[in-house]
Amino acid sequence: MSTAQNHTDGPEISQEVPFWHDPGKRAIVFQALILCLVFAAGYYIFANTQANLRRQAISTGFGFLGREAGFGIGEALIPYSAANSYAHALLVGLLNTLNVAFIGILLTLLLGVVIGIARLSSNWLVSKLATGYIEVLQNIPVLLQLFFWYSLFNDLLPSPRQSFSPLPGVFFSNRGFYFPVPVGHCAFGWAAAAFGGAALVCFLLRRWARKRQDQTGQIFPFWPVSAVLLVGFPLLAWSLAGAPTAMSIPHLTGFNFQGGFSLSPEFGALLIGLVLYTSAFVAEIVRAGIQAISIGQSEAAMSLGLKSNLVLSLIILPQAMRIIIPPLTSQMLNLTKNSSLAVAIGYPDFVSVANTTINQTGQAIEGVLIIMVVYLILSLLTSAFMNWYNKNKALVER
Amino acid sequence: MRTPIPASAVEDLKPPVSSAGPLGWLRANLFKGPFNSLLTLFILFCLYKMAPPLIRWAFIDSYWFSDADVCRAGDGACWSVVSQNLRFILFGFYPYLLQWRPAMAVLILIGLFFYSRDTGRWNRRLGVVWAAGLVVMGILMHGGVLGLAEVETDQWGGISLTLLLALFGLTAAYPLGVLLALGRRSRLPAIKTVCVIYIELIRGVPLISMLFMASVMFPLFLPEGVTINKILRAQAAIILFTAAYIAEVVRGGLQAIPRGQYEAAESLGLNYSQKMRLIILPQALKIVIPPTVSILISAFKDTSLVVIIGLFDLLKTTQVTLSNPAWIRFSAEAYLFIAVLYFLGCFSMSNFSRHLEKELKA
Repeated sequence: MSTAQNHTDGPEISQEVPFWHDPGKRAIVFQALILCLVFAAGYYIFANTQANLRRQAISTGFGFLGREAGFGIGEALIPYSAANSYAHALLVGLLNTLNVAFIGILLTLLLGVVIGIARLSSNWLVSKLATGYIEVLQNIPVLLQLFFWYSLFNDLLPSPRQSFSPLPGVFFSNRGFYFPVPVGHCAFGWAAAAFGGAALVCFLLRRWARKRQDQTGQIFPFWPVSAVLLVGFPLLAWSLAGAPTAMSIPHLTGFNFQGGFSLSPEFGALLIGLVLYTSAFVAEIVRAGIQAISIGQSEAAMSLGLKSNLVLSLIILPQAMRIIIPPLTSQMLNLTKNSSLAVAIGYPDFVSVANTTINQTGQAIEGVLIIMVVYLILSLLTSAFMNWYNKNKALVER
Repeated sequence: MRTPIPASAVEDLKPPVSSAGPLGWLRANLFKGPFNSLLTLFILFCLYKMAPPLIRWAFIDSYWFSDADVCRAGDGACWSVVSQNLRFILFGFYPYLLQWRPAMAVLILIGLFFYSRDTGRWNRRLGVVWAAGLVVMGILMHGGVLGLAEVETDQWGGISLTLLLALFGLTAAYPLGVLLALGRRSRLPAIKTVCVIYIELIRGVPLISMLFMASVMFPLFLPEGVTINKILRAQAAIILFTAAYIAEVVRGGLQAIPRGQYEAAESLGLNYSQKMRLIILPQALKIVIPPTVSILISAFKDTSLVVIIGLFDLLKTTQVTLSNPAWIRFSAEAYLFIAVLYFLGCFSMSNFSRHLEKELKA
């Protein structure tokens, strides 16, 4: 102790610590240096880009968005023609991306959960098939799978004239899949409204039934009643509005079908490829989540006399969900990002439309920036939603 | 006082159902309860309906070494599309007579992987062996020395390009990813912000947008007169992309190291770089070996995306083959063949990762 005193009091060693030995000051210098480097690199790239653009006489800015696009889009959820602006075309592409991502996520969740549970089945055949499905689909690049399905549709399905018709009015051809749909009528609007109303009633009913069960122990047959409500209300509304039965049936005119509802082979291949690929990952996540719940939980539930399906739905799944949700979020994001591979098989998704725009206008920087910003926003929105859901489901500890 | 048991009751007691042997196994695994039995029967029926025609198509009616006309006349699988174009599918536009060189390079790589399977061999010497192997592969591919004719990178293609993009992508991305992870865990706000922005930005966008950036934007970033070829630009995009994912994996490892390790290192008087290099990273990187292998697998699969910007990787050479009018109808067979190649690569890596996980835990 005394020696330490002597050292600090010694005449040669000054009290002042030089700034390169002071962690606080050194940190500031170091950070300033890094920031300078980042900005210098940024400026270098910016200056080069400016010079290159000037030399190649490319104008910058987002003014091109208002110009006429001049290219057609095969599938659009909103009215679109080649005379519309680039911004409108990009919006059409964005809606297509959202459409395929939304339907894809729903189907993936459904299929993934079923296969994840099948993988744990006590039936040897079922669990081996599920394992094979997961291993094969996980280990093949999704782009290859998309090409495979797309080429299968092109090679196996006949031309529209010889199209394959499994049911009257349903046609499968290499131009797409055609289904009859009811002709638009106000009755369907009423039926949809009635369905919404029924869903609301079911929601309230469930809350009431739970409350009653908590208080009195009486179980309300919720599922049968809600099924009757959900089917009955729309049917009632539909028949009250005149029960229209006219159908728009696809029919061959010239080289292709007219009328009815159609799905293009591109959309079909993209959806099947994305759903099969991602569901293999979801199945593994579900399996891991279920296996993480200790065996004591299911034994306790069985000793309470619950049947095996109730054990799964009331005891295991609610606990497994907490483990499953975070990795599930990243799989949903992966599906959304992978939907950009649509550009390879010609489905007009956002990246594909943006790519056409880049090729036509030469506005590469703006085009790539728009793609990146849009996907960033989609990713942030999805993860914000999943975080909110996760918080809702998280274990409330004392 | 005992009452005699009636003879009929004794006869009614049957021996218990066999739970051993093949019959017992069948009962326990396939026919446990009515629902399970129905499920088994349904699956067996589906297999009975689907398997024979598939086997017939793939093996019995199929053609293996014929030309395209024979294939078109028959109705079985046409594996000839692969066998007749195998060298183009595997090596692309690499000069035909020199194709033994990429083949050797690929074999060396596979050999190195097999040699490294055993964790007992993981020491400094293995690093040297790998470095030497990479140099030899590079010389074999590019040539220009030792009397080997030079082959420009724009002629590289097929499986060697796929493996090259994945391997160099991961090798170069790894140090960058570790730096980013350290930056993200740093106490210095400016560095942390830069790293967080980079990681989240890259992870939020699809790889394809990075590849577009590489193919259309990178040339604009460079000063006049400087050009970088397309393969290198795609490689750079893959490296930048993979680094962000590696950073997140490594961050997981850093977080798993108990605080006491950091404090112990500091109390020994180690500075930041010593602390990380000698104490923290060796432990953290060991924990994250299995997830790193999964990143290698996805990098391997993701290299197929370079098709979209027109590089001749395995998938693109297959598509070029299929664009030949003679073979245009047999895309299913060709895609199945490269699917098997990808599957073998990915499946062996994921098996290895599972094996490692067990070994490192023990």
